[in-house]
Amino acid sequence: MVKDLGLIRYAQAYEFQKKCVQDLLQGGPQVLILCEHPPVLTLGRMAKRSNILVSHEELAKYSVGIHAIDRGGDITLHAPGQAVMYPIFNLSHMGKDLRRYLRHLEQVAIDLLKGFGIVANRIPGYTGVWIEKKKIASVGIGVRRWVSFHGLSINVNTDLELFSMIRPCGLNVQMTSIQEIKGRRIDMAEVKQKIIRCFKENFLLDLLSGE
Amino acid sequence: MHKVIFPELGEGIEKAKIACWHIAVGDRVAKDDDLVELVTDKATFNVPAEVPGIVQEICAHEGQEVGLGQVLAVLKPSIG
Repeated sequence: MVKDLGLIRYAQAYEFQKKCVQDLLQGGPQVLILCEHPPVLTLGRMAKRSNILVSHEELAKYSVGIHAIDRGGDITLHAPGQAVMYPIFNLSHMGKDLRRYLRHLEQVAIDLLKGFGIVANRIPGYTGVWIEKKKIASVGIGVRRWVSFHGLSINVNTDLELFSMIRPCGLNVQMTSIQEIKGRRIDMAEVKQKIIRCFKENFLLDLLSGE
Repeated sequence: MHKVIFPELGEGIEKAKIACWHIAVGDRVAKDDDLVELVTDKATFNVPAEVPGIVQEICAHEGQEVGLGQVLAVLKPSIG
């Protein structure tokens, strides 16, 4: 099922992910969680604090929280206007292959962008989804008993200035968004509908709309 | 004794780092309890206990790189 949590604090969404993982392990449904977060930095297990480029005072001034979390990858930023997807899926049914799953998540972003007339790609040796040399989508996952959590984020209308606070994923890259490329603000409801369709196609899932 | 082995995580994944241990020597664990979190470049993976038992030995430290098939810990299986 799909659970759209809207704009929700990171910690609250994280607790909800954990609950969904537990539910799935006990026979519950696979869930695709969709949400946006108020500005927050998350540090994956490979994160280096040196990839935060501003002081803690400055982060506090803009009410940007920091969470060290149990996903792979380095640092990333979430903020309103970024579509965040946390698929709580049973990877036992998908070949028990972490890389394959990550490639599927990237394909969701590539297909979504195609729906907006944008050609996006992978870059060999890097994860995520790119438009030429700018990054638009990031992936990072956690897996417990072959149930996935964390997932994929894609910049839709994100304030890209916020990324100047970090070295995203530990890389010296520029981020972009659908808004920047299309030159107009994008309707997030339309994005979410397209995301659900892309997940259905890539994972052959029957994702029924949840409450 | 039951050896906890670095599992197959998918094509091309032959190494990972120990992110953290959820257990210590002497702990009693149930089947499916998370024992250790491995981390690759973009994923964490919790290795579960395949049998209930008592942790006899932990064979790799946090931050250590480990490889496919490597023994990560040893459990003394409990009966019943």
